[in-house]
Amino acid sequence: MADLTELTLAEARDGVCGGTFSAVELAQAHIDAIEGARVLNSFITETPERALAMASESDARVAANDPRPMEGVPIAVKDVFCTNGVHTTAGSHILENFTPPYESSVTQNIWDAGGVLLGKTNLDEFAMGSSNETSFFGPVENPWRAADDGQSRVPGGSSGGSAVAVAANIASGAIGTDTGGSIRQPAAYSGIVGMKPTYGRCSRWGTVAFASSLDQAGPMTRTVKDAAILLGAMAGFDAKDSTSVDITAPKFEAALTGEVKGLKVGIPDEYRLEGMPAEIEALWNQGAEWLRDAGAEIVPVSLPMTQYALPAYYIVAPAEASSNLARYDGIRYGLREDADDLTDLYEITRASGFGDEVQRRILIGTYALSAGYYDAYYLKAQKVRTRIAEDFRQAFENVDVLLTPTTPSEAFVVGSKSDDPIAMFLNDVFTVPASLAGLPGISVPAGLAANGLPLGLQILAKPFDEQTLFRTAQVLETAAGVPSRPAPWWKEAGA
Amino acid sequence: MTGAPTFEGSAGTWEVVIGLEIHAQVTSQSKLFSGAATAFGAEPNTQVSLVDAAMPGMLPVVNEYCVEQAVRTGLGLKAKINLRSIFDRKNYFYPDLPQGYQISQFSDPIVGEGTIYLDMPDGSQRAIGIERLHLEQDAGKSLHDQSPTQTYVDLNRSGVALMEIVSKPDLRSAEEAGLYVRKVRTILRYLGTCDGNMDQGSMRCDVNISVRHPGDPLGTRAEIKNINSVRFVHQAIEYETRRQIEEIEGGGTVALETRRLDPSDGVTYPMRSKEEAHDYRYFPDPDLLPLEFTQGFVDNIRESLPELPDEKKARFETEYEISASNAGVLVAERAKGEYFEALVASASDKSGKPGSEIGQDCANILITDLFGILNKQGLSIEQSPIDHRSLAGLQALKLDGTISGRIAKDVFVEMLETGKQAADIVEEKGLRQVSDTGEIEVIIDKIISDSPSQLAGYKAGKENLFGYFVGQVMKATGGKANPQVVNELLKKKL
Amino acid sequence: MALDKATVAKIANLARLRVAEDRLEGLATELSRILTWIEQLEKVDTDGVAPMTSVVEASLRQREDAITDGDKADDILANAPGQSAEFFTVPKVVE
Repeated sequence: MADLTELTLAEARDGVCGGTFSAVELAQAHIDAIEGARVLNSFITETPERALAMASESDARVAANDPRPMEGVPIAVKDVFCTNGVHTTAGSHILENFTPPYESSVTQNIWDAGGVLLGKTNLDEFAMGSSNETSFFGPVENPWRAADDGQSRVPGGSSGGSAVAVAANIASGAIGTDTGGSIRQPAAYSGIVGMKPTYGRCSRWGTVAFASSLDQAGPMTRTVKDAAILLGAMAGFDAKDSTSVDITAPKFEAALTGEVKGLKVGIPDEYRLEGMPAEIEALWNQGAEWLRDAGAEIVPVSLPMTQYALPAYYIVAPAEASSNLARYDGIRYGLREDADDLTDLYEITRASGFGDEVQRRILIGTYALSAGYYDAYYLKAQKVRTRIAEDFRQAFENVDVLLTPTTPSEAFVVGSKSDDPIAMFLNDVFTVPASLAGLPGISVPAGLAANGLPLGLQILAKPFDEQTLFRTAQVLETAAGVPSRPAPWWKEAGA
Repeated sequence: MTGAPTFEGSAGTWEVVIGLEIHAQVTSQSKLFSGAATAFGAEPNTQVSLVDAAMPGMLPVVNEYCVEQAVRTGLGLKAKINLRSIFDRKNYFYPDLPQGYQISQFSDPIVGEGTIYLDMPDGSQRAIGIERLHLEQDAGKSLHDQSPTQTYVDLNRSGVALMEIVSKPDLRSAEEAGLYVRKVRTILRYLGTCDGNMDQGSMRCDVNISVRHPGDPLGTRAEIKNINSVRFVHQAIEYETRRQIEEIEGGGTVALETRRLDPSDGVTYPMRSKEEAHDYRYFPDPDLLPLEFTQGFVDNIRESLPELPDEKKARFETEYEISASNAGVLVAERAKGEYFEALVASASDKSGKPGSEIGQDCANILITDLFGILNKQGLSIEQSPIDHRSLAGLQALKLDGTISGRIAKDVFVEMLETGKQAADIVEEKGLRQVSDTGEIEVIIDKIISDSPSQLAGYKAGKENLFGYFVGQVMKATGGKANPQVVNELLKKKL
Repeated sequence: MALDKATVAKIANLARLRVAEDRLEGLATELSRILTWIEQLEKVDTDGVAPMTSVVEASLRQREDAITDGDKADDILANAPGQSAEFFTVPKVVE
């Protein structure tokens, strides 16, 4: 039998539903692959028993001729989604042994669609980071390596573990969360598809909160079609989330018509950064060409507020996070350090439980909200945010989608940016603006850098227009050709 | 301001400035942002949802009924209703605050400025400004006395809806503050938006108090938190006023701080947990959207409001021609006012006399007789052993002259003790008033002939001896003689 | 904006994070750098611009007042690091 881990999600789904192989076989193949890839540190918690039990149920469903839309498909879940009875850590020491007695709405939707849980993937602690180097459970390693050196590369973050699970073929698909680029950026670094839907498309209930007005769950897969299928299972209105939008999700898979004739593609001028690597610029131009060749019209647009998105984000997100993380206090769940008085309990538990990056962001956020600084920082950032959203609204009066690079570079060497927080922030320069405006965005693997590392292109669309987003992304994907695969060095390393 | 009470210190005249923040628990089935129950007295942590416990990933969803109740209360306070308001997070750490923040409203509350009128003992009315009303979550309960080393935390109350009603600093005495609390409580109970049960903690007060020389700007205030009775409000203000005056006259300054009252000694102490001024870092809750509703929504609620105490009082005074002070007692509780009106209607029906004629007497029998009994037995008007129809029966017997007012009081007591109707008691005990002039004349003649010295004394000018003769007639008739007839006849005969 | 050690200590206290004395200086420098970078926002003209209250253009959905939750003390206490009978416990707080 062909290697079941080589299949796309769509092929896996079709195979199970069509009886070509069983869900249990499919799950087992991935369980074995996960075991063999441990050196990548993609998973925090593996759930082989649950996977096989769920797969069994899938097989029963297929036998009864009652398959659900994603029956038997094995999925890796970023460890911010609360999974009932399974450790959910958010990549943090402070939640190391937390076992939620409830299931997040998004993952419940996936299980209701027949998905199978392979395990909880690694991430930057509390989703704060763009390299997956801040996890309490150790960094994740990118299966891709540069041709000229054998150095470990970051997979990107914060959804590094999920990206790697897909890139290393140890899951049929994965889910992550994207707050400032945490799905799209690791997808670009890992050579896979990563998509963030419109804010409000997926429920946030049961998802460990980082920045409430920005967090969105999304699919991470090997193809655009897979992402459309997976999003279809994840999305939907949830009355338990006041920011969930009451809109019936369209059939995303059906939107993949392959047609972009007459589509207006905007190229935002301000994304052409000074000192941008020539390769990235070349790929961007190449992407525009591909779309033009497919019948789209390329239109220059201007988004004047672009350069202010990152600083605005690094006020708003930490501010919300500083408040969202106040509940981690050692009282009702999670880590508790010994202390004789309450203040010590709080201070020592939190200092011990949170890593440096999380502490840094809590401090910035607390400062930005504090008396005397609220107006200059938080309020100002929220006003700039309004202007950023307005930029996009105006641009979208003239175009249907925007095309940009996903990241300003390929995956960097582990540890090479750890000393410079601002340099780390700049990884998100192309992804953050869309987050602030709540727009849907997708990263598609578009080519390789000279050193062999993957590069991605990003497409952004209007709110709730994921259909046009997927349609355009698939055309781009087709034009770019079947993406290369990383040489599986970890299989030997692990053996 | 002129007319405000002042205090004489050792070095000048002082005025006290008081503002009250009342936290009133909304009468809803479930909490403000979660579907857990709100009933008092449940086993610990059984009325707690994952949202109330602030588990990772939990989110708030607002309760429409709590929004309605806040609007209703705002209308009862004659306040401005804001069609758009924002929920903000108030960030601080405390074990009974699981989220590490309270969802409240800071810059844009649901209700703006309003007014409450106090009925002063001298009959005047004093207007007290309302600054605002906003919705917020209550915290859980910390029990410090269950163990020597541990504080126990029960989150049942965590997330229950509170309306915080903030007065302007218009109050000038402990008495006014007490009246204000009572008036707010009455209004809330009339509206049904809060049960006002201070013992159970469904209504609590924070008192903000400062002192100054009349005409000076406001002094530094101290906040006394979590006062749960009018008596303690008085106690706290009285102590604080003295403390602050003594402090300043002694050369010190009043600290801007939070204090608590120890009711056992009537002393206020600084609260250790609130030692540093808090920086609450308010910002709009990103898990929620702005709260919006239409003017139509507000108007519907306005139409459904019951008659409020001020309006009812004014109406009772004109419609039933009763005194302002009596009207005030009757409207203090909605159910009492309703009982009164039902009594008058029924008595009017039975006697054929209009409400304006019989109102005062009905008010008297309630206030003097029934309410006293209910108070003594700890009963509410709804639990009254005599219903309005039965009491109307008694009134009717008085009004048509069947019994005298004097006898009616005895019948009332008998009604309480036996549960029998007034008419039955009068028949059984033969209490019908004797109005037959012939009968009474015979009795009067006998008394006059038996009391020569008193007769002589009365004729000599001792007018108060009239009462002696009246008393004798009453004794001879077992109290049943019609007092008016007795008076007329005695005047003729003496 | 340059933060000094004292400010960092104050912020850390507000956030209930114990920061060792020897880390304060380094943190102050790091945070100052980040805040200075953020201050480029001052160049943006935001006169008359309303702060974004939410990307979602809707008003708050309200739910019916009904008891639909609670009665699950076991789940609530399941992960409690300190517990006695049905209460959470913390070191004693003196009011």
